Amino acid sequence: MSNAYRNNFLREVTANVEEGEWVKMCMQCGVCSGSCPLGPHWEHPPQEIFMMIRAGKREEVLKSNSMWYCTSCYNCIARCPRGLPITHIMHGLAHYAKRLGMVPQNQQTAKFAQKFWDNLTKKGRVNELTLGLSLYFMNGFGEGVKTSLKMQGVGLGMLKTQRMDPLEILGGHGCKDVAGLQAALKKARQIEEAKAVKV
Amino acid sequence: MTEVVATNQTILVVGGGISGMTAALEAAECGKDVILIEKNPSLGGRVAQLYKYFPKMCYPTCGMEINLRRIKANRRLRVITLAEVAGVTGEAGNYTVNLTIAPRYVNENCTACGACGQAVETAFADEYNYGLKQRKGAYLPYAMAYPQRYVLDPRIVGTPEAEKAKAACQYHAIDLNMMAEKVQLTVGAIIWATGWQPFDANKIQPYAYDRNPNVITSVEFERMMEPFGPTGGKILRPSDQKEAKNIAFIQCAGSRDRNYLKHCSRMCCTATLKQTTYVREKYGDAGKSSVYYIDIRAIDRFEDLYQKVKKDPNVTFIKSKVASVTLEKGTGNPVLNGVNTEGYHRYSNPHDLVVLAIGMQPSVDFAKLGIPLTLNESGFIEADPKNGGMFAAGTAADAMDVNRAVQHATASALRAIQVINKVAGVVEA
Repeated sequence: MSNAYRNNFLREVTANVEEGEWVKMCMQCGVCSGSCPLGPHWEHPPQEIFMMIRAGKREEVLKSNSMWYCTSCYNCIARCPRGLPITHIMHGLAHYAKRLGMVPQNQQTAKFAQKFWDNLTKKGRVNELTLGLSLYFMNGFGEGVKTSLKMQGVGLGMLKTQRMDPLEILGGHGCKDVAGLQAALKKARQIEEAKAVKV
Repeated sequence: MTEVVATNQTILVVGGGISGMTAALEAAECGKDVILIEKNPSLGGRVAQLYKYFPKMCYPTCGMEINLRRIKANRRLRVITLAEVAGVTGEAGNYTVNLTIAPRYVNENCTACGACGQAVETAFADEYNYGLKQRKGAYLPYAMAYPQRYVLDPRIVGTPEAEKAKAACQYHAIDLNMMAEKVQLTVGAIIWATGWQPFDANKIQPYAYDRNPNVITSVEFERMMEPFGPTGGKILRPSDQKEAKNIAFIQCAGSRDRNYLKHCSRMCCTATLKQTTYVREKYGDAGKSSVYYIDIRAIDRFEDLYQKVKKDPNVTFIKSKVASVTLEKGTGNPVLNGVNTEGYHRYSNPHDLVVLAIGMQPSVDFAKLGIPLTLNESGFIEADPKNGGMFAAGTAADAMDVNRAVQHATASALRAIQVINKVAGVVEA
């Protein structure tokens, strides 16, 4: 068979992206793109992404910021006539692009996702105070101060009703076996990397 | 009492639509005894509710008349209306069928003069017109109904309305003492020509059929074209009775969708192509049709119709499964939202009227009735030797158009004749 017809990228997505085996089932009806509340803001709506995968446009897909726009509203999954788990495929693609280091620079969702992960894996519990603050200051000191002042009332209200512990700023509480959790995560990553198919 | 003489050399045909009439006639004209039963008060089925059929764009009344003449001329064929199958037992060559026959309250004296219909005032949603208009409690199902006899709606029986109808009849045709009958038949073979029903459009929530009166189904659109129909042959918007000239057709409304019907209903694409010619027929260049489709499945010779419609500058094809239908404030216009996948263009297009090319589903749930037939996952009857002397005809077997239903019904008549010939010893068992 001529190499021109070999679609390595579709095979790569099928093998390595979570729910990626569904991509070939898309019949290009466009109902997902039409149903997406953030549709007008993306570079490529889902059904276009699926067609690009099948057309072998590896760089354009993985470097795209489109899948990072997904807010998991599940409109597309509810309406897809072929039952594709589109939301999950979008997250799978984003995750795969992240693993390959192909996320567009300064992608806000990706940046926050990294902060959330780092915060969570440190002690096995999300420290809401430090996570919140790191989100406020994600795009520079000035903006951080501005956002903090804007959110002052909410923060004070949470303190008053004991929904937030100010001492958490010192590091906060963790799960029982932090070292064990981190070992488990390390092992999981090793297994995942060993599984990844080079296409 | 309805006298029905049947033996194990009789073929029972269930359903008096185009498939059932065809199967019954083909078998009877081969010299077999046939009983044709129909649950409605008249033969004709869904084909009688169409304005025209494709691809020749002729009127179904014409084909119906030919079939009715053949039925009237054939002594081997008996027609029983208002009859339904309650149960079937037995095997090929020897089935016992239990029928329930509902009372018509009108006997053979009826001349269809219409006096009872004028006397009665109570009205109900007209089934023949998919509820787009009302009909009286004493009524003729439609102009060409066979048998050409009035019917009393059971909902008026026992009320003074029924007495009014009886008093108005000078032929003593109204018999309010008629009772439901139970009849047991012995037959050799059974042809199931139970047909189809439109998918329930209310279930397709994003298309707002239940919320926006200007979203209608393709079968309702057929009735609007009928000169003596609910709108007098005008395409009127249900919300304000204005003529609709900018009409959208949404394909795969229910079909090819795991949320609704998994199968392709096969006839909707061609039916929509046909309906765009209705729009041209009504308005000439002033009418616009927009067809929203996933892919147009106009098979074999229907491709010619597709090419002809494509050449019409007033018909636009938009490759897109519509995501949602919203309402334009003030105008009542339905707005179609989605993405045109040819170039990935987002659209929000207002139209006067939206026609859903509604999918086909079996009209009878055989599993629920406890009739031992092999069904596919959509509930249509599979061709399976386990069905013995029972065969499907037309859309009881699968979604198909009229042309194919007639061919299919003829084939099923041949199958049934083979069973009867074995019983009769014409051929070796």
